[in-house]
Amino acid sequence: MDQMKETCLHGRHVAQGALMSPFGGFDMPIQYAGIVEEHNAVRQHVGVFDVSHMGEVLVTGNEAEKFINHIFTNDLTGAPDYKIYYGMMLHPNGGVVDDLLVYKRNGKEFFMVPNAANIDKDVAWIMEVAKDFDVHVQHMSHLYGELAVQGPEAEKTMLNVLGIDCSDLEFYTFKDVKVDGEDVIVSRTGYTGEDGFEIYASHTLTQKFWDKLMAAGVQPCGLGCRDTLRFEAGLPLYGDELTDEITPVEAGFGMFVKFEKPEFIGREVNAKQKAEGPARKLVGLEVQGQAIPRHGYEVLNEADEVIGEITTGYHSITLDKNLAFALVKAEYSKLGTELKVRVRRKVFPAVVVKKRFYTPNYKK
Amino acid sequence: MIKYLPSHEYARVEGNIAYVGISPYAAQQLGNVVYVDMPEVGDDVEAGEDFGAIESVKAASDLYAPVSGAVVEINEHLIDNPKLVNEDPLAHWIIKVEMTNPSELDSLLDEAAYAALCK
Repeated sequence: MDQMKETCLHGRHVAQGALMSPFGGFDMPIQYAGIVEEHNAVRQHVGVFDVSHMGEVLVTGNEAEKFINHIFTNDLTGAPDYKIYYGMMLHPNGGVVDDLLVYKRNGKEFFMVPNAANIDKDVAWIMEVAKDFDVHVQHMSHLYGELAVQGPEAEKTMLNVLGIDCSDLEFYTFKDVKVDGEDVIVSRTGYTGEDGFEIYASHTLTQKFWDKLMAAGVQPCGLGCRDTLRFEAGLPLYGDELTDEITPVEAGFGMFVKFEKPEFIGREVNAKQKAEGPARKLVGLEVQGQAIPRHGYEVLNEADEVIGEITTGYHSITLDKNLAFALVKAEYSKLGTELKVRVRRKVFPAVVVKKRFYTPNYKK
Repeated sequence: MIKYLPSHEYARVEGNIAYVGISPYAAQQLGNVVYVDMPEVGDDVEAGEDFGAIESVKAASDLYAPVSGAVVEINEHLIDNPKLVNEDPLAHWIIKVEMTNPSELDSLLDEAAYAALCK
């Protein structure tokens, strides 16, 4: 087993009494005050997450845009500078290598932010594909700390606590700023369904930002509520909703796969599924009773046949209901379809609902 | 007398009855309890076997019976108010078991041994 990695804030998490647990190869804080308190802080006020485990890969060169459009599902053809795109890197068979953000600084410079758990696989894949392009790939994860400041009061917190004015930043855009003479990337992005920002900076500066946020009384948040927040907002987590074996069309994230592009890796399989309809689909479920559907639990039809499985399930903190994402046979994916979920020894009724359970409060 | 399983369930014994719940340490580790999946009155439970589950926001954990016997009562307060387990796990037992083999208690951890385990 590889040794567990630590972010530049690890010592602070331990000293502040966070409950720590392994995630994506890192020893990460799962909760501070408790998942419910932290979740509500982000929905109602503001919270800060250490997301320094996320990967950073810089792609530069004459064919950088061409390369990104080949390896990534979203379309950056003629994209404005300082715009950010969400999408996936796919295997040739259509399954997902990883989902990620791509930051376009200019036509020759792109900053990719993939998941921690996939970073080795991702970098190997990016390097492999890059061989055929005039590009230079730099794996920079070890150089950056990353904070996510999230919630309706995030913009105010960025200004008042960190002295970074973000009022000019639109949703899914970023800017380069200087703090203490160092380069910092700030973007209006997040993974919570609320307005918020992500800050990429050196380890020293990340620690300084964290300390300032703590001194100002901003709620530190763990990965526990990061998951409950993204789930309510209908956002996928690699490993649950997206895997090497699930295509974005099946997972219902086809809007991030731009078939207008004549060519990209994984296009063929996804285009075929889109044209013919995928055999299985990701749906939202509202589940009756108190038992909570969890990852891997069986989904049944009225005849009690297994027709799918839960990918993520929670008792939704904001909506106070038992909700889940489930990957089911396509014929059972229509809104309003009545299904059942097996939770241990009992079976509970469930109904197919929209998988964006909570309407995000993004500042557009 | 109170005895523990290493999986953090306790049996508080009064005569032939064992009140079964989870330890304060386990309740704290679990965080916000949102549901307790309990057996029904009249069900038999067996020492070392699971008899239900306790759900926090983040995960479901199986509950194991410290002793064998028949469930004579379940804590109905936990149906509508599962977070009582967080507030006072020793007062808010989960099931009441009429023991069929009280000698099973001998193989459980006493308070000192359980406290050492949680260090």
